[in-house]
Amino acid sequence: MNKTILDLWVGLFVIVGIAALLFLTLKVGSMNTVTNSDSYEVVARFENIGGLKTRAPVKSAGVVVGRVADVRFDNEVYEAAVTLRLDKRYAFPKDTSAAIMTSGLLGEQYIGLEAGGDSVKLKDKDRIMITQDAVVLESLIGKFLYGNAQEGAPK
Amino acid sequence: MLKESIARLGNRTLQGVGRIGFAVRFFVAIMLHSGTAFRRFGLTIREMYFSGVQSLVIILVSGLFVGMVLGLQGYETLQTYGSEDALGILVAMSLVRELGPVVAALLFASRAGSAITAEIGLMKATEQLSAMEMMAVDPIARVVAPRFWAGVISMPLLAALFSAMGIFGGYLVGVQLIGVDEGSFWSQMQSAVDFEQDILNGVIKSVVFGIAITTIALFEGYDAPPTAEGVSGATTRTVVTSSLTVLALDFVLTAFMFRGLS
Repeated sequence: MNKTILDLWVGLFVIVGIAALLFLTLKVGSMNTVTNSDSYEVVARFENIGGLKTRAPVKSAGVVVGRVADVRFDNEVYEAAVTLRLDKRYAFPKDTSAAIMTSGLLGEQYIGLEAGGDSVKLKDKDRIMITQDAVVLESLIGKFLYGNAQEGAPK
Repeated sequence: MLKESIARLGNRTLQGVGRIGFAVRFFVAIMLHSGTAFRRFGLTIREMYFSGVQSLVIILVSGLFVGMVLGLQGYETLQTYGSEDALGILVAMSLVRELGPVVAALLFASRAGSAITAEIGLMKATEQLSAMEMMAVDPIARVVAPRFWAGVISMPLLAALFSAMGIFGGYLVGVQLIGVDEGSFWSQMQSAVDFEQDILNGVIKSVVFGIAITTIALFEGYDAPPTAEGVSGATTRTVVTSSLTVLALDFVLTAFMFRGLS
């Protein structure tokens, strides 16, 4: 076989192989930052986000309307600041509430948006004021046990 | 009668030990004569074409189908627990850690390893290797070492391609066909797969498998009796021995790599 063609094939093979390795490291291994141009961002603060992760879906009425773009800890108010990247097609009223929910008993966590009644819509960089924290199963069980213990206490 | 069979056993053992010793010396000789493989890199590139590029089709197609089957089976099982969002983790973890390096190595052994053995065995049978020695060309440096390094370089690339293709297959079936949420598929995968623990260990595995397969294939070819029957027997032995070696090595490597995790 012609030496140049042979070299070309091997070169292609090496490039494709290294591309596959890069795909594994970047796309499968860690974060990738693909920005969606047709979207706007809003921030919501939570006291406890449970196991919410970046790129988790944001749903309203069960339909995915956006993704979690960023999760940070706000050191001034000691709360988690979650940036939601929402699709431009969906506009929400200003008094929309955000809650952290779990899909199924052991499933992953997502943010559920419930539209309010305000006529003014949320804009880019706005903040969602009404939020509901993630339900932490341990504290829920703790409360239940504590409540029962109180009920059963001798009078 | 008994004495005879004991003598036969002793003879077999001695031959086996002798072969292992010969194989180790052969490996050391490859290492010592590797200079040519790098100085005249064209030789290695030529062999990479035969063992690497020509294995691409079987590796890519198998990877795609293995990933698609993982997507289907994983979904069936995970769905029972309502956690089908974890499909990405299942597909990526099993491919990157185990299936990618191991299945790619098994395919490589049967596709490229057997070809190497047959080629070198025939070279020996037709006295091409002796002719080289006559011309003061070292056959280990000129024929064996380039094939060795070509295999060692190709193997991790093929394994990476297999894993990438498999994840794509899992994505096709899981997300596009069944309808698992795309964001959960990738985000859960990304948060679970670790570069050092999973991807790097997979690459190390495939390099080790590459060394094992090419050494076995080259040795079997070099050691084959110079007859048609001898070469065919050596080719079969290459596939069987290197497949078993890959699986055994995989267990040992996994035990070392992932036991210290917790």
